[in-house]
Amino acid sequence: MSTTPDVAAAAVSEPPPALAPQAARGGGFGRYVLVRLLLMIPTVLILVTLVFFLIRLTGDPITAALGGRLPADQLAERIHEAGYDRPLLVQYLEYLGQILRFDFGSTITDNQPVMTVLAEYGAATLELVTYALVVAFLIGIPFGLVAAANRDRWPDAALRVGAIFFYATPVFFAGLVAKLVFSVWLGWFPVSGRAGVRTELALGRDGGTGIYLIDAIRSGNSDYVWDVLSHAVLPAMTLGLLTAGIFLRLVRTNVIGTHNMPYIDAARSRGVSESRLIRTHAYRPALIPIITVVGLQIALMLGGAVLTETTFEWQGLGFQLAKYLQARDFVAVQGIVALIAIIVAVANFIVDIIAALIDPRVRY
Amino acid sequence: MTKPRLLDRLPVVHQLRQAVGLQRGMLVAGLVLTGAFVVLALLAPVLAPYGYSQLADDAGNFGAQQPPSAEHWLGTTVGGYDVLSRVIWGARTALLVIIVAVLLSVFVGILLGLVSGYLGGWVDRVLVVVADAIYAFPTLLLAIVAAIAISGGQSGMWSGVFAAAISITVVFIPQYFRVVRAEVVRVKSEAFIESAQVIGASTWRIMFRHVLRNSTRTLPVIVTLNAAEAVLTLAALGFLGLGIEPTSAAEWGFDLNKSISDVAAGIWWTAVPPGVAIILAVLGITLIGESMNDLADPRLRARRRGKGTPADAVAQSEPVAREEMGEVQ
Repeated sequence: MSTTPDVAAAAVSEPPPALAPQAARGGGFGRYVLVRLLLMIPTVLILVTLVFFLIRLTGDPITAALGGRLPADQLAERIHEAGYDRPLLVQYLEYLGQILRFDFGSTITDNQPVMTVLAEYGAATLELVTYALVVAFLIGIPFGLVAAANRDRWPDAALRVGAIFFYATPVFFAGLVAKLVFSVWLGWFPVSGRAGVRTELALGRDGGTGIYLIDAIRSGNSDYVWDVLSHAVLPAMTLGLLTAGIFLRLVRTNVIGTHNMPYIDAARSRGVSESRLIRTHAYRPALIPIITVVGLQIALMLGGAVLTETTFEWQGLGFQLAKYLQARDFVAVQGIVALIAIIVAVANFIVDIIAALIDPRVRY
Repeated sequence: MTKPRLLDRLPVVHQLRQAVGLQRGMLVAGLVLTGAFVVLALLAPVLAPYGYSQLADDAGNFGAQQPPSAEHWLGTTVGGYDVLSRVIWGARTALLVIIVAVLLSVFVGILLGLVSGYLGGWVDRVLVVVADAIYAFPTLLLAIVAAIAISGGQSGMWSGVFAAAISITVVFIPQYFRVVRAEVVRVKSEAFIESAQVIGASTWRIMFRHVLRNSTRTLPVIVTLNAAEAVLTLAALGFLGLGIEPTSAAEWGFDLNKSISDVAAGIWWTAVPPGVAIILAVLGITLIGESMNDLADPRLRARRRGKGTPADAVAQSEPVAREEMGEVQ
């Protein structure tokens, strides 16, 4: 399989985002990894700073959460105890110090360290996002290829309008409709939650990984596996279809773009069939931008997960975030958002490294 | 070379003339849906049977969760409001948020991109790093944080519209910044900029007269796509309880949040109408943006053609190559 695209094909893939000039000058793979790693620091720092100051614009978190529910003197005492009456800059520096030690503060309303919230609910979100990514890949990429191969004919038209339709549907409304039709009216799937009460108790008893599917498989009880899977179907489809539309459009545009490259014309002139051109020649280089985009999708999916989890009462990080938002517990919100910023940065870093390993055109 | 008439050069009109087949259909469908949305928003007081916060009329209270009837075509919500009226009034809120958000982000984004791209230096570097950092972040989370900062989470009609719009703006600015900056950097090295510099035009004149005008060709597409995203973000904020109070304005996302428990009880009429309204509004705007995007890219633009013969593929690839080489406009 000769998939060495010529120089012109490089125009198809977007340049790696924010690649620092010094990284482009060569110096080997190790150096590239190091530069990407160092570039994470300003990214995280900027986001954490932004979140901190934006949230403090509203005043101190204790008044926001408990104002009106506590007498003024008790409120003042708690503000003093927590140190929110000190200069903002001091608080900011202290906050940065805490984050360096992976301490994201404690929630005000139920006084739990944010790291504990992550440990308890992070696995659920990870599980949901993983399912959704699988759904997105399985649907988005093949259908994107079909759309590209039938460019401007009816399958293409139908798929593209379908993709736009899925994009236009808010993920929480898609969830509500899915719930209404498949759970309430047809009764095929459970209405909400990650598992039935008995399954949840049984899986929670042995500790476990927190990823219910793994726990259920390890328990060896097929009832549990079935229960966990049936709870996951609707949330995973809801969040996955949102992303599938994006993959579909991306695959279609890139395959069509690659399809116009001279090396494709060369292959066509050698008598390679049109379907083979799409499947092998245009398809492979077109997939590389997708890897980069997956990094950006992870950010989008975490946002979508907040909404999906709220719709299906999926007890994950996003559900907790929505809960703390309702309670106006802004320390918890700040902590969870800062944590997600770091997760996104790390995910993007990993994706950049994978893209560099796969794509010979990424210079490092 | 005759100069095309002004009408033909206007963004949407120009594309409408250029489009053929499916792309034309998408563009027309998008224009129709968006037109209906705007009409609904403008004429809400005339079209809606009741006010958005009206709980009773001469016949007494509406009652909560009433199924659709002659008085209430789409029933009433759990809070006792008329669903149809709130859907229609919701268009007005959405339109206001779109206008404010897009105007703000276009203005700030273009200015930053222009200054950053043309002047360069450390300001440019810092802005690029900041924009990249924000760009990679989940937009919804950023909007949530911004909404908290602006309104503390809850608000009335105008403060709510502005809070939502500014929250969305924070998300959009990096996008305009990136696009405009990239174009500015490209245009900056053109010969006519150098000529202007040699003549002695001031930096500001070059920036606003020569560079800016040649750097905005991709903006109509981004504006439409962002307008669609603004509707979705507004609804998402409302769904998470960060939106506008029901007594101040109608907001689709808020109504959907209130309908979560209705759905579990099999009540469909409180959830489906606001959701469908969101879909149609976003669909209309996205269809316009998508087809304009395709038409702007010669590689994606559909061409008038006869019966498909293998020769078509070859004929098709030729003008593309030419256009790509010289950027002929």
